[in-house]
Amino acid sequence: MIDRAFYRIFAIVLRQYYLMRGSVSRVMPHFVWVAIDIVLWGFFTRYLGALTTAGGFFVPTLLGAVLFWDFFIRVMQGITMTFFEDVWSRNFINVFATPIRISEYVAGLVVCSSLTGFAALLFMLVLAGAVFGLPFFFAGLMAVPFLFVLFLFGIAIGIAGTAIVLRLGPASEWFIWPIPALLSPFASVLYPVTVLPEWMQIIARLMPPVYVFEGLRTVVTGGKPSVPALLCGGALAIGYLVLAGLFFLATFRRAVRTGLIARYSAETVS
Amino acid sequence: MIDKVLSVTGLRKVYGDTVAVDGISFTVGHKEIVGLLGPNGAGKTTTTSMVLGILEPNAGTIAIEGVSLMSHRSEVLQRINFAAVYAPLPGNLTVEQNLRVFGLMYGVRHLTRRINELLMQYDLIAFRNVKCGVLSSGEQTRVGLAKAMLNSPQLLLLDEPTASLDPATARDIRQKIREFVSRGESGVLWTSHNMYEVQDVCDRVLFLSHGKILLEGDPKTLPAEHGKDSLEELFITVAREPLTLEIG
Repeated sequence: MIDRAFYRIFAIVLRQYYLMRGSVSRVMPHFVWVAIDIVLWGFFTRYLGALTTAGGFFVPTLLGAVLFWDFFIRVMQGITMTFFEDVWSRNFINVFATPIRISEYVAGLVVCSSLTGFAALLFMLVLAGAVFGLPFFFAGLMAVPFLFVLFLFGIAIGIAGTAIVLRLGPASEWFIWPIPALLSPFASVLYPVTVLPEWMQIIARLMPPVYVFEGLRTVVTGGKPSVPALLCGGALAIGYLVLAGLFFLATFRRAVRTGLIARYSAETVS
Repeated sequence: MIDKVLSVTGLRKVYGDTVAVDGISFTVGHKEIVGLLGPNGAGKTTTTSMVLGILEPNAGTIAIEGVSLMSHRSEVLQRINFAAVYAPLPGNLTVEQNLRVFGLMYGVRHLTRRINELLMQYDLIAFRNVKCGVLSSGEQTRVGLAKAMLNSPQLLLLDEPTASLDPATARDIRQKIREFVSRGESGVLWTSHNMYEVQDVCDRVLFLSHGKILLEGDPKTLPAEHGKDSLEELFITVAREPLTLEIG
């Protein structure tokens, strides 16, 4: 039973590997967009550094934060892009008429997303280090929990995004691409959460990345991050992951009940 | 051994006010090819979608060799496969890549050997590394059939399996499916609008109209039993004047 589940998850990963191996346009987004971000923010931090006496801190605080935020985006889009392959090739009937369980399908999406997300992270670290002098371990050991929280939240948002597209139809993918941009003002990537107005702070405190970026700023300026705050971020990320999983499961069950899986290519925004 | 590959009982599907499938019951036996016939909108695709587990019925049961699809979905789908004109394989993968991905999903053992057998059997060796999207519709149909045979299914669902094939290839494919059925213990549920093909291949047919099974019997004798010269004539009557045939 376990080996069959493993093979079914592997099938999703292998399919994505086949698609990426033969397609520059699929590989490029994982590296080109993040490279543009690193270069843009790298020069910006260098410029800011030249303007102020606190210049040395800008590279790890701003460029490091942008790098972590891009990792979150890559993880989230790793999930959605793998799912969109089935949308674009109208493959739902073929896939969901196989013995694959919905948990295995989602696990396949998560594995694909992990591989591309961590590959992009490594690429960004090398690029930021080589060009702008960002130390590879700029966040020290705290990078592990920081990245873990962002990874969980990226998976959660990715799964929720796929559920929205499954529910509303292929054209609704345009709701999904801007999600990171919509979240970013609240995520406090580039500034402390306290600069936000009160109502925005309330929303921000519900977002796991806030605890990561607050902690990151503390670490790179030589302070000790708040462990309870980071645990809170982790707990929120796990909570969102569970909710996203339940949302996807409920959406899939509804799609099977209403016949949406069988007729998915029809526009279904309703 | 359970004497039926597929047992459908009281199957019903309603979309809003429309009854797509209205409490139908039927079986498919071992080594049996059953034709599911009917005009467009009769409920054929809704029925096959429910048997494939991609559509949940409002009522009724579906069992493969006595095992319920509803309670053992993954185990049951391991024993089924299908080929349908409305579900082509992803065009951005090659023939071999598609067969490998779906072979893994169906848990096929000795997959490389099985893929090679099927490429040979369906005359696809030359297209092994060709993306499915650039194949002709007939070649795509053959790839779909090769995918459907990957797990040597106990129940094979075929929806217009020869629709895009030239007569010679269609005859060859029919022969292959007949051989597949006679070799093992599998059953086939075959949907087609080609009545000559149905008469040639099917052991039994079910005529569906407005979600109900209107007629059932041997396609070779059924037309005469209802005063018709051919299965096609009987089909047209079912489509246009179902009330004249309603039984019971």
